[in-house]
Amino acid sequence: MATWIFYILGAVAVVATAMAVTRRNPVHSVIYLVNSFFALALIFYLLGAPLVAAWEVIIYAGAIMVLFLFIIMMLELSPGEEADRQGPGPLQWLPVLLLGGALLGCTLLLLQLDPAGSQELPNWYASPRDFGYALFHEYALAVEIVSFQLLFAAVGAFYVGRPASRKERSGGER
Amino acid sequence: MPEWMVILLLIVAKLGLIFMVLLTLAAYLVLAERKILGRIQLRPGPNRVGPFGLMQPLADVIKLLTKEDFIPTQADKWLFLLAPGLAAVTALLTFAVVPFGPPITLFGHEVPLVVCDLNIGVLFFLGLSSLAVYGMTLGGWASNSKYSLLGAIRGLSQLISYELSMGLALVPVVMLARSFSLTDIVMAQADVPFALVNPLAFLIFLISAVAESKRIPFDLPEAENELVGGFHTEYSGMRFGLFFVGEYINLIILGSMLTVFFLGGWMGPFLPGVVWFSIKVLFVCFFFIWVRGTLPRLRYDQLMHFGWKILLPLSLLNVILTGAFLLWRQG
Amino acid sequence: MSIWRDIKGTIEPFWITLRNMFRPVVTVEYPEVRTELAPRYRGRLILTRDPDGQERCVACYLCSAACPVDCISMQATEAEDGRRYAAWFRINFSRCIFCGLCTEACPTMAIQVTGFFEMANRNPLETVWEKEELLVDHCGQEPDYNFYHHAGIGVAAARGENPGEDKPVDVKDLMP
Repeated sequence: MATWIFYILGAVAVVATAMAVTRRNPVHSVIYLVNSFFALALIFYLLGAPLVAAWEVIIYAGAIMVLFLFIIMMLELSPGEEADRQGPGPLQWLPVLLLGGALLGCTLLLLQLDPAGSQELPNWYASPRDFGYALFHEYALAVEIVSFQLLFAAVGAFYVGRPASRKERSGGER
Repeated sequence: MPEWMVILLLIVAKLGLIFMVLLTLAAYLVLAERKILGRIQLRPGPNRVGPFGLMQPLADVIKLLTKEDFIPTQADKWLFLLAPGLAAVTALLTFAVVPFGPPITLFGHEVPLVVCDLNIGVLFFLGLSSLAVYGMTLGGWASNSKYSLLGAIRGLSQLISYELSMGLALVPVVMLARSFSLTDIVMAQADVPFALVNPLAFLIFLISAVAESKRIPFDLPEAENELVGGFHTEYSGMRFGLFFVGEYINLIILGSMLTVFFLGGWMGPFLPGVVWFSIKVLFVCFFFIWVRGTLPRLRYDQLMHFGWKILLPLSLLNVILTGAFLLWRQG
Repeated sequence: MSIWRDIKGTIEPFWITLRNMFRPVVTVEYPEVRTELAPRYRGRLILTRDPDGQERCVACYLCSAACPVDCISMQATEAEDGRRYAAWFRINFSRCIFCGLCTEACPTMAIQVTGFFEMANRNPLETVWEKEELLVDHCGQEPDYNFYHHAGIGVAAARGENPGEDKPVDVKDLMP
């Protein structure tokens, strides 16, 4: 059973990503991408990592895709190019409904398979405690390197986005 | 009656009860807000429908249901229709992990007074509150109106900014309780509520919760006098009602989260647990309304400045300090 | 320290609003409770009668001319005895701004204001009041004033018909 759910979820993720790549309307492709992230989160849950599944939803679907939406709206591409301005018909929404339905079905099946979220399915179940322990003991160096990279990126972004000094402004005028 | 049927019936009864109580409470919270705001401004508030205006929510629902459901031209119809539901459903789902009382025994079965005691309940709450952005954003985008779009963009950036400090304010709580499960967090506050143990985290969470509820000092997404109605400018009838109800359910959710994380959940002397829980939640809701009657709206740059330059560093510092304190007490 | 000032400025309003919550409500709940109007309140207009019980209005059009929104209209005629009166008199209360300028213009104290103001109506045509509705059976605020006692009534016979009178001159005729 778990294998079947895995294959269905994999197919959903692949199809949703393909749809996301081929959409003309940027907001629609964001919605497909969110769909695909949900499928990934369910796969993580299936593999016995509820914490990673939760992070997938919080960070990818909840924060990064929202930032994408923000950028899309700010760039004024927003309500699509004139091509599909009449609003999409039901046919265009069929795929996303199917994918969402498949995701919902899989979630219900998962809940029905193991209500307590513990036994049978995974070979190894990563509780938040195990996860944190592994992250900050075994992989501490990697975590540190990545966090330093993020810090560099943040400092770089701050440098690039700083208000221009007077000298540079006068230089730009010349 | 077979064993499994009793269990199923108990679960269904619990769900139905929670659903009804939550929706009724949300409807009456609207009335309470109007009444309290009225009293603050020396007005009596709505008092025409029924005694003391108690039938006002019913009248509002009838009015909303009978209004025209209007879709602007060139709107993204399906997204437009879907968005209010998304907003309301994400708000409703969050209540699944809220424990509102100690387990009780009914018909020889122990019934936990929580829909689903997830072992990552904190993350479930954070995940759903970050998904709640979608209802607002997609609704604002699909309306094909500049006010809606501006409101949606503002709401988006505001919610992202404040969710960060909200999540970070929860880290000390998780560290103190040593669990992600909300029931365990309440259990850990049997002696002292975390609001007294870590008042800084409480304050940060309180401010972020007000920002997250898109209410007055932080109501830029729907700032009436700049953006007409913000992201729900183009909505009418029950779709607007769904946004509205979602907002008030969200208020109750945030109130119960504050109660669970910082005010000791159902813990309290003399009275039964459920009563204590409701008293605390209602008090937090009253506080939110009180804030709305008191403070003016922030400017947008003040909002961002406050979120990123004050709240976020403070909450990071708080995480470090709490960790250091726990280590010191251990060793 | 400005930060202490800011914190104080954030917390103090909470105390003020909390105090306001327990103050008495100042709202006057209108349909049940009515405020006392000022004695010179300007409500809806009436047409009064003189102490003899006859219409005061002489249809001089002065109120109509004074009205800033042109809501008063009428048609003047003469009675048998030469007394002027309005054949019809109409006030459009959906236009009226209750400024009271008509009452100040009126030489006979016919048009007067009252303290009555409940004229809301679903049908705009019903806010147009005719002479029958405007005319009342009392003297209004001037119980003793009778214009014709000062001015007299015009002569009853046609011009040139009274004894010892010539015919009026025909100005369009060249004959002497």
